[in-house]
Amino acid sequence: MLLIKNGRVIDPGSRTDAALDILLDGERIANVGAGLSAPAAETFDAKGLIVAPGFIDLHCHLREPGQEISETIETGARAAARGGFTALCCMPNTQPVNDSASVTRGIVERAAASACVRVWPIGAVSVGSKGEALAEIAAMKDAGIVGVSDDGKPVATARLMRQAMDYCRTLDLLVIDHCEDPSLFAGGVMREGPTSVRLGLKGIPAQSESICAGRDVELAMLTGARLHIAHMSTRGSLEFVRSAKRLNLPVTCEVTPHHFTLIDEDVRYDTNYKMNPPLASRSDRQALIEGLADGSVDAIATDHAPHHPASKDVEFDRAPFGITGFETALALGLAELVHAGKIPLMRLVELFTTGPARVLGRERKLAAGQPADLTIFSPDHAWTFRACESASKSRNTPFDGRAFRGAPMATIVAGRVVYRREAAATA
Amino acid sequence: MRVVEKRQLLSAEEIGRTLHRLAHEIVEKSGGTRDLALIGVRRRGVPLSERLAKIIRTSSSVSIPVGTLDITLYRDDLSTVAPQPVVQSNEIEFTVDDRDIVLVDDVLYTGRTVRAAMNGLFDLGRPRRIRLCVLIDRGHRELPVEAAFIGQSVQTSDTEIVEVRLQEIDGDERVMLVDRVS
Amino acid sequence: MLERLQHLLGAETLTREQVTFILDQAKPFQEFQRHPLKKLATLRGKTVALAFFEPSTRTRISFATAAARLGADTMNLQAEASSLRKGESLIDTVQTLEAMRPDGIVIRHNASGAAEFVAQRLAIPVLNAGDGSHEHPTQALLDALTIRDRKGRLDGVNVTILGDILHSRVARSNIFLLSKFGARITLCGPGMWVPRELELLAPNIRRVLRVEDALAGADVVMVLRVQTERIHEPALAAEEYILLYQLTAKRLKLAAPDALVLHPGPMIRGLEIDPAVADGPQSGVLEQVTNGLAVRMALLYHLVGGAPADAPHPAKERSSAAD
Repeated sequence: MLLIKNGRVIDPGSRTDAALDILLDGERIANVGAGLSAPAAETFDAKGLIVAPGFIDLHCHLREPGQEISETIETGARAAARGGFTALCCMPNTQPVNDSASVTRGIVERAAASACVRVWPIGAVSVGSKGEALAEIAAMKDAGIVGVSDDGKPVATARLMRQAMDYCRTLDLLVIDHCEDPSLFAGGVMREGPTSVRLGLKGIPAQSESICAGRDVELAMLTGARLHIAHMSTRGSLEFVRSAKRLNLPVTCEVTPHHFTLIDEDVRYDTNYKMNPPLASRSDRQALIEGLADGSVDAIATDHAPHHPASKDVEFDRAPFGITGFETALALGLAELVHAGKIPLMRLVELFTTGPARVLGRERKLAAGQPADLTIFSPDHAWTFRACESASKSRNTPFDGRAFRGAPMATIVAGRVVYRREAAATA
Repeated sequence: MRVVEKRQLLSAEEIGRTLHRLAHEIVEKSGGTRDLALIGVRRRGVPLSERLAKIIRTSSSVSIPVGTLDITLYRDDLSTVAPQPVVQSNEIEFTVDDRDIVLVDDVLYTGRTVRAAMNGLFDLGRPRRIRLCVLIDRGHRELPVEAAFIGQSVQTSDTEIVEVRLQEIDGDERVMLVDRVS
Repeated sequence: MLERLQHLLGAETLTREQVTFILDQAKPFQEFQRHPLKKLATLRGKTVALAFFEPSTRTRISFATAAARLGADTMNLQAEASSLRKGESLIDTVQTLEAMRPDGIVIRHNASGAAEFVAQRLAIPVLNAGDGSHEHPTQALLDALTIRDRKGRLDGVNVTILGDILHSRVARSNIFLLSKFGARITLCGPGMWVPRELELLAPNIRRVLRVEDALAGADVVMVLRVQTERIHEPALAAEEYILLYQLTAKRLKLAAPDALVLHPGPMIRGLEIDPAVADGPQSGVLEQVTNGLAVRMALLYHLVGGAPADAPHPAKERSSAAD
């Protein structure tokens, strides 16, 4: 039994923001109330800290099976716990691609044996994510996937997307798309704009994403399927999502911390600024923040994409896309959104908890009987993020050395404290 | 680096008289001025060569061509100098081939500048003869170089510096012996 | 006192004073090209590594000749596409070169940012001979020298650049360099290769789509090569390009009288430029080549020559060894 005392409980599910205690018993929450006492329980003093439901990351890459040099389910989970995440949705672009029940089972078993947080796999839409034939989605659902995606690439054709949507509707499974038009993307390495022109780097126009997002929303209208737009980065895509929501379609979207923090002007040949979708324009970033504030955006997701250092230490053109993200997500959300006065703290917590939960069709709240998944964080603890101290195997982040105010202090999964920040000065 | 003046070697008037004497010596000892040319070594060799040519023109009515040689690229100490010294162009309007060249410089010391100047000249062609004319010869040769026309020979020590000031470059006119002070 | 240049990575980061210094220092080396004996001992004992990861004949020969005339030795790397496919990374290649202790490295590579990438990792001076579509600073410097010699000035010149600007490192370097002197720059070419964002690269740039409008009043016309080797891009048919953009003698008359015509080479005669114009009196292409040698000699002299900025004076070393 664990009693979390003296904390400020922020629970978006019940719109609670109050000084409350929480008693955990085994893997469940036993009680939530003011001034609780439980003599048999271990106590966690959450004075000065926020106590929230456990954070969920809808989008990450754990690289296992096949690319363990960059990350494993175990190391990824540890990094996620340090970031305050209690549950992860890992994308299927592993080696082999997670396009069959056997691969899914392998991931689920590996996670059960080695991951300190919950791992909910996303299965591929098509076999090998090649964009030709549908994968064995129903079998994968039995094995434990919570959605499908060909992430890394868009679902290849409108016809395939329509098929997937129709099929997944009967299975009540979420379809997630990485929106991109390959013919416009064509060899690009960063957002097309004044910066790409100045640096002589091949640019990807914003329309590469929005054209595909528009296609997907139209197909969602046609099929009524649950559509989720992954790592949305442009004003154009956001407009399509808004129009879908106005029609009450089950269309949702997520935004990554780097997309609400950085822009294309920040790129200067440092491959830690190279990711897909690329860092967008100032105006796009502005639109994304507005969407995060007004509810058009449902969740913050990290798209944690580890790449071992040698693979990123090459010319910009040749570097793989992606940066890590677990350990800086909350701090960036606090810095760029809450401390900057764009959204209230309750809304930030929502974007990490009930928002992603709703996308997955689940609940996430602090109430008796609920799973004992909690994220306890400080909104103002001063610390500096150092890539070399990360629990991830990879170091590809643009935020190395950045000073932050606010950090996860403890992560609790199924009643177990899987991460606790040391009170030492180096934390 | 702090320096202290020790004594004046040549006054402005003495410089003028010395140059007159040198000009006449050059004409006398050249066996004819037909192929004669003066080349001043940057920097202070340049006004000196121009003055010599003017004296020769005035007194003998002979026009001797004058050129300017920049020896920066031929120095032997470039690999120890950082940052690299500024290079300037030569200005030699005549061919060097078969010429009777008199190189003109202000001070002859180790001889390395003259060695560099000769390298520079040979890159431009094949002179018939090269002789050296200097205002001051201060000894301490490190290479087998000698001057055919010398304004004044002075005994100096290692720490001393012969400072030549010419109107065209320095605004005043005199030659001083100065000493380095630690 | 001009701050000592450590690398030459691009024109964008040079100050106007640094550009003027380099052009002035190129002058004695221009004169040098007329010596009967074109060999100095100035950089004797120094080695310059020529790391060309992209095929190049003219620029490589120009740098090799510049080094040789200064008395330096060269290390020649010509990486063909196949050896890159063998997987040796850029870092490994240049670190291998560096282990042979050259005194400077000249690099040409097809990735924008490659020169900066290498300069961040090596302890020796790096000269950018062209990185992807980003910069080709020695080209811009030799172009500027040619313009300055022919026109007497760089300040306020009207320069028209014609062709595929988007993919041209020559265009970018020229835009960055000339705008430091208040030049007025007109960019003209097929719409998909002259995007609006180019106008933001520097002050006083305008983008014009019809070649006739672009040439009016130009003091300098810079004709770019039509790059036929490019992936991910549908090519423009040659006839289309000739019809719309070829610099013909007739079109050249629209420019200022006595306008200077430049081309970075190699030229495709009859495509982007009429042979009569290329060979005509207004063409500066041959001077560009000579000036390229002079500029590169001046750069090698200043960047590769001399002791490293923090080296102890050899005389001091000798005296301490004698103790």
